[in-house]
Amino acid sequence: MTGPTIVRHNRIDLALWALRPGTGRPLLLLHGLGEATSLELFPAAEAWPGPIWGLDFTGHGASTIPVGGGYACEQLMADVDAALAEVGPVTVAGRGLGGYVALLVAGGRPALVRGAVIADGPGLSGGGPAPTAPHLGILAPSTSTPDAYALIELNADPRPPDYARHMVALAVAGSGLDEPIAVAAALRPPWLEEVVAQSGVVETDIATALATYAALD
Amino acid sequence: MITYPGARRPDRGRRVDAGGLSLATYEWGDPADPPLLLAHGGFDFAGTMDVFAPLLAAGGWRVVSWDQRGHGDSDRAALYRWEADMRDSLAVFASVGDGPIPVVGHSKGGSLMTHVASVMPHLVSAVVNIDGIPSGRNMPDVQDHERTAMIATEVASWLDHRRRTAEAERRPGTLDELAERRAQSNPRLSHEWLRYIATIGAFESADGWRWKIDPSMRMGGFGPFRPEWSLQRVAEVGQPFLAIFATEPEMLGFGTGDADVAPYLPPRGRTATIDGVGHFVHIEAPGPTAELVLEHLEPLRRGAGR
Repeated sequence: MTGPTIVRHNRIDLALWALRPGTGRPLLLLHGLGEATSLELFPAAEAWPGPIWGLDFTGHGASTIPVGGGYACEQLMADVDAALAEVGPVTVAGRGLGGYVALLVAGGRPALVRGAVIADGPGLSGGGPAPTAPHLGILAPSTSTPDAYALIELNADPRPPDYARHMVALAVAGSGLDEPIAVAAALRPPWLEEVVAQSGVVETDIATALATYAALD
Repeated sequence: MITYPGARRPDRGRRVDAGGLSLATYEWGDPADPPLLLAHGGFDFAGTMDVFAPLLAAGGWRVVSWDQRGHGDSDRAALYRWEADMRDSLAVFASVGDGPIPVVGHSKGGSLMTHVASVMPHLVSAVVNIDGIPSGRNMPDVQDHERTAMIATEVASWLDHRRRTAEAERRPGTLDELAERRAQSNPRLSHEWLRYIATIGAFESADGWRWKIDPSMRMGGFGPFRPEWSLQRVAEVGQPFLAIFATEPEMLGFGTGDADVAPYLPPRGRTATIDGVGHFVHIEAPGPTAELVLEHLEPLRRGAGR
């Protein structure tokens, strides 16, 4: 496989991997906290009819490690948006942290996200509904990914359930889809409990979710 | 050289390393005097303390201030986040020396320092928060569906902005033009003052002056932050705590007053209000504000043996 396409997001070079070529709407895969894009497709993804891409978040995989930390999931949402500027409308499937970011980008760019799948993986829970005590130790700069600051800060970011609910509402209002969010996770942190309680969200397995979204116009 | 009545540039300057980010740090006053930290607000920089800091220094303090990441002459970062600003401040604390020291902060700086005091109490001996307590009072009271629509606009606008940041530059202009632009968010501050701080907070290129602040930063934004989190945090402060409020509403102000803070005011906390001034209390009324600060901190200064 050739190297990734580099997509620039402010001062970060993001690695966007072309996992499989094809025609039609791409599937964009988002990894979990501390992970990187897997170059090996999972079985449900293999069935996707179009091209498949994978994005390494800031501080992960082959993407830039920023100096001094300062991670927030909204930053990662903008990472994904930088990829959308490159590949156009997609269906998104994220595991763990990538699942939460998939929700954010489905709400933030509803016209560009034709379905978002949330699956289990590292970083799914985050820090809970309210802030916890911040980690204030200054770390030596990480020389390899994952960035230590990413692991600390993205495991502790607050995820209020009503904030997640608003993101679902944005996705429903802006996508034109009946069920723009598919939850395939067994773990249900408070933000995800709130998400599955909303209309516009379907609880299913990954394969069924991807098949449904693949059939969309 | 452009001057301003009462303004004095720092007596000393240095760089502080915050885990690879270099922070421009400044001091006013006798280096042998007991230190206090002075934190500026969002989109400001240490030079906006050029009138206020010397008054505190004259009161017997070694005033230490810094440009937060992305502001003034400090390094621009790839990421900006509240906890990162707190963490950066700890590098400034460490550069000052051992032992708890007082902190004074305006707006975001006041909120930052209040938060540091609550989670790192061994570093902080007293807190002065100058109009730096968000309370939600200035947020529109809207129905849930209206809030969703507001968030949709905010998110889309923010994402559009992020797509442009890689090539973004601040808009150039003359010093007067920069001052006029800043006046839109600082309407109560004089053109003379804004022009003065432009000479510090802006840099000159072939095509004009630009504010130094990182062009990837912009006011406002969205996210899970709740103003009540900052307000409730006041209750956790165990040190002598003084909140100074203003009476004149303006865009950047939080609109917070005594009644909002009262339920959370800690046992050693008190409030004071300076009438007839807006959000930039320490710039509109530097003398009265400095008096309140010096009075609040005097027991500590005497205890430091100076």
